[in-house]
Amino acid sequence: MHQNEKPPLEEQITENLRRVYQQRVEEEVPDRFRDLLRMLREQDQGGETRDADE
Amino acid sequence: MPMNDPRIDPREEIVDHIGAMRAFALSLARNDAEADDLVQEALVKAWKNIASFQPGTNMQAWLFTILRNTFYSNRRKRGRELSDPEGIAAERLAEKPAHDGRLQMNEFLAAFATLPAEQREALALVGASGFSYEEAAGMCGVKVGTIKSRANRGRARLIELLHSEDAGYSDMTDQVTTAVVNAGLQGRLSA
Repeated sequence: MHQNEKPPLEEQITENLRRVYQQRVEEEVPDRFRDLLRMLREQDQGGETRDADE
Repeated sequence: MPMNDPRIDPREEIVDHIGAMRAFALSLARNDAEADDLVQEALVKAWKNIASFQPGTNMQAWLFTILRNTFYSNRRKRGRELSDPEGIAAERLAEKPAHDGRLQMNEFLAAFATLPAEQREALALVGASGFSYEEAAGMCGVKVGTIKSRANRGRARLIELLHSEDAGYSDMTDQVTTAVVNAGLQGRLSA
């Protein structure tokens, strides 16, 4: 089996896709998104917006 | 205010899908900044339209649907079809320097960026994120066969761009090389 040529091109493509995709999935979520969700939650909680730490 | 128990508010689950949303957005948008703007817009919509989420169903699929609908709707509003695939490829390359010497991966990304959005989307959904053809079809609002053919055409085109040894490949490589060199120069000039 080791002597075989590379896996079929389609598999290589899928493998590359997965790698690029997975890399981004595993990145830490940037603060801007956590902040955004916090802001949306605060808006829902009746308008009393606490001063967020800038 | 009518109270949702925060412990069962499905919105609390949204944060767990942001990584996947960013990955999917990157396959649609032309660069990191645009991808994250897309994620941001989709998050706001999802938050406000949580009533349309059916508890117990796949939240990631629901979020992806919002995200891709937002992408296509913005694109329609802008009124331009992306008609400059090499430009997009160069842009993508410029922001993804070969930090670990994987020029091959950069070439892959550049080639991927030249595909029509519908094909990139199909490949991201079924090839990368592991949705079934049926799920992807549901999310894109098309038939299963359409998703299959988009994914197949996308793969075939990538193979053509990356693996053939004819002129097409050299052209692509030249564009890629030029983009990398330009990106490097710009980086150096502004540093």
